[in-house]
Amino acid sequence: MNLSYTPEEQAFREEVRAFMREKLPADIQAKVRGGKRLQKDDFVRWHKALNEKGWLAVHWPKEYGGTGWGPIQRHIFEEEMTAAGAPSIVPFGLSMVAPVIIKFGTEAQKQYYLPRILNQDDWWCQGYSEPGAGSDLAAVKTRAVREGDHYIVNGQKTWTTLGQYANMIFCLVRTNPDVKKQEGISFLLIDMDTPGVTVRPIITLDGEHEVNEVFFEDVKVPVENLVGEENKGWTCAKYLLTYERTGIAGVGYAKAALRHLKNVASRQLKDGKPLLDDPRFRAQVAQVEIEVMSLEMTNLRVVASVAGGGVPGAESSILKIRGTQVRQAITDLLRRAVGPYAMPFISDVFEAGSDVEPVGPEYAAPLASQYFNRRKLSIYGGSNEIQKNIISKMILGL
Amino acid sequence: MDFNLTDEQRMLQETVSRLVSSEYDIETRHRYAASEEGFSRDVWSQLADLGLFGVPFSEEAGGFGGGGVELMVVMQEFGRGLVVEPFLSTVVLGGGLIEALGNNGQREEYLGQVIEGSLLLAFAHGEPDSRYNLQQVETRAEKNGGGYRLNGRKAVVFNGDSADKLLVSARTSGAARDAEGISVFLVDRTAPGVTVRAYPNIDGTHAAEVYLDNVDVGADALLGEEGNAFPAIAKVARRGIAALCAEAVGAMEQAVEQTLEYLKQRKQFGVPIGIFQALQHQMVDMRIALEEARSMAIMAANADQAESPEEAERIVHAAKVIIGQAGRKVAESAIQLHGGIGMTWELPLPHFAKRLVMIDHVLGDTDYHLERFSELMETPAA
Ligand SMILES: Cc1cc2nc3c(=O)[nH]c(=O)nc-3n(C[C@H](O)[C@H](O)[C@H](O)COP(=O)(O)OP(=O)(O)OC[C@H]3O[C@@H](n4cnc5c(N)ncnc54)[C@H](O)[C@@H]3O)c2cc1C
Repeated sequence: MNLSYTPEEQAFREEVRAFMREKLPADIQAKVRGGKRLQKDDFVRWHKALNEKGWLAVHWPKEYGGTGWGPIQRHIFEEEMTAAGAPSIVPFGLSMVAPVIIKFGTEAQKQYYLPRILNQDDWWCQGYSEPGAGSDLAAVKTRAVREGDHYIVNGQKTWTTLGQYANMIFCLVRTNPDVKKQEGISFLLIDMDTPGVTVRPIITLDGEHEVNEVFFEDVKVPVENLVGEENKGWTCAKYLLTYERTGIAGVGYAKAALRHLKNVASRQLKDGKPLLDDPRFRAQVAQVEIEVMSLEMTNLRVVASVAGGGVPGAESSILKIRGTQVRQAITDLLRRAVGPYAMPFISDVFEAGSDVEPVGPEYAAPLASQYFNRRKLSIYGGSNEIQKNIISKMILGL
Repeated sequence: MDFNLTDEQRMLQETVSRLVSSEYDIETRHRYAASEEGFSRDVWSQLADLGLFGVPFSEEAGGFGGGGVELMVVMQEFGRGLVVEPFLSTVVLGGGLIEALGNNGQREEYLGQVIEGSLLLAFAHGEPDSRYNLQQVETRAEKNGGGYRLNGRKAVVFNGDSADKLLVSARTSGAARDAEGISVFLVDRTAPGVTVRAYPNIDGTHAAEVYLDNVDVGADALLGEEGNAFPAIAKVARRGIAALCAEAVGAMEQAVEQTLEYLKQRKQFGVPIGIFQALQHQMVDMRIALEEARSMAIMAANADQAESPEEAERIVHAAKVIIGQAGRKVAESAIQLHGGIGMTWELPLPHFAKRLVMIDHVLGDTDYHLERFSELMETPAA
């Protein structure tokens, strides 16, 4: 065994660090660090900067303009990117629809869509969930009926993250209602400018607009937008979910949040002394740090075992569960760290450049809403209950 | 032992419950919370008409001589409705301090107005660096002519923007965290030198930062003896904690009921999700947490009857520890069991979850009370 990074990997880490120092726009970094809202343009600018360096498509093979990195490099990259205060790469185009197109798409689809994803010509969103199909994703009802060289799509998707920015949506649609539910699903790419597509905001508990409902009413979609074979969409969906689960541990995010926690707790005072020096609070910070250490090592073990280039199996469910639990525990400590100043909630404060002053210390303003917002981590991408079902079936054989 | 409510207490419960369930649906509540003052003056006068504001005060003070149990009953119903009216600020904390500290004249003058609903109060005590330490007061009151001159800043003063009068704690002597040397003054919110910055809180309640810049008050603004207010502050805080515990129980009941109902209704994989044992057990844990919270709220409501003042203090700390833990557990599980819909503004549930978690940020969180309890815990004689 050897638990150290190779000299090449260390050199790579230095290279990533240098890049972040030079290319991460200061205003975007300030927003991320200050818990301010990011706009569409912030993501697009950051994606473009990464793309110029050839580092945007971390999961793709080199031939399509990807990095061709192995899992260890991706791990280092994610860690350095979050440490630098960069926004995360929006996954829907780059790490969700693209791998499906690369694996199941036609040559024409690859030629058309992949460069557009790299160049930020399209913003994708994920049209999987429906009001009646959450954990039971195969229950999707949105109907696509073939008429000549089009599908006519009717139905509704929901929880569509950042759908308000998107011009393209990839959907699981029902093309055959008369067979076992997994066998009548197709994977369809839909241009959101097509007549009959309506996007409505869903406001979350913190008053933010991050998710949407998307309605389809007699939407005409060309058949060439079908990915893979008709009624074989479930295979694409499952393949995509395995991709959704790489990097699922969120070690980089956990480490960045932990650093932030230590900063906040060393600036907050309790009885005139830094809160971080309070034995009770300090022990709780230590506890999450230890959990992050074990998460990281578990993540590296899983990652190394698939270093051949594959994707992890049911082990990724372990990472999802522990990663989300640790990250939620850190947001819990963060809100508690600031005491009564966790309560004030002035939405305008989160707008970069707003002249509304936060009530307490600036770092306190977003902490309660982030704590509530991060409840989503254990709900989406397969809830933690569903992950446990997977582990008990696939790993334990129960 | 008898855990039953008396007939009068049950009537009180029904009265409040009727008002809350008939006039306080979640949309109405959001509207009040989002209004300029953060509550409804209309509802406030209805509550006054029902006589609720006299509940915690002694009969000499014009109240009903109600004890902790009556207060618990009222607050629990308020918790069920996520009521945002400033009952805790005005009646429990503000009125409580005047009753505890004021002389006959002050009590007569102000408590009557509190009880009839015509005077709003706010307790301006916490400061930017005081966290939950009730003894940490750095705002200063210096003798000035016949009266006092106040300087300092008060943090997260609930309903500080709508109160007619602020009960401002200030140091007349001693160092930042001494128990001795703290005095309480009645200050007009609109007095020269008082600046109030109001804001909403994430749970729909309202608070303000209060800046005191050379605020001159007369000697008659002092409540009680100079420098000796701390025991009354601690006592009133304990009452406030007991009230918050009861409010949390009401909010928890709602979260538990709503989640249970959802488990029966929501179908995935062709069955109600309540069929899944993984969810049943979480639901059971929520219910257990609620029962424990209820027990501690009852204990806190009866703390006055404890064998000793130390025991009363321990009980209140213990109660807030359990309430903080149970509140978080219930809030987080309720959202989790709802899935995505539990994250939405539109559903009532997450608003109960937010209040439950934020109650841990008022009058001391779990860590603070655990620490205080540890200090007071009985240990074997050496
Ligand atoms: C902020 C946010 C962003 C999202 N973004 C997107 C997006 O961009 N695109 C998209 O398609 N979807 C998105 N989702 C949807 C997400 O994937 C679903 O919320 C998730 O699949 C859960 O489905 P549900 O909300 O319908 O909950 P349900 O499936 O109804 O689950 C409710 C509860 O039941 C539990 N449960 C369900 N089945 C079982 C079982 N068999 N055993 C044990 N427990 C069970 C769940 O764990 C949960 O606790 C997002 C969700 C959120 C909250």
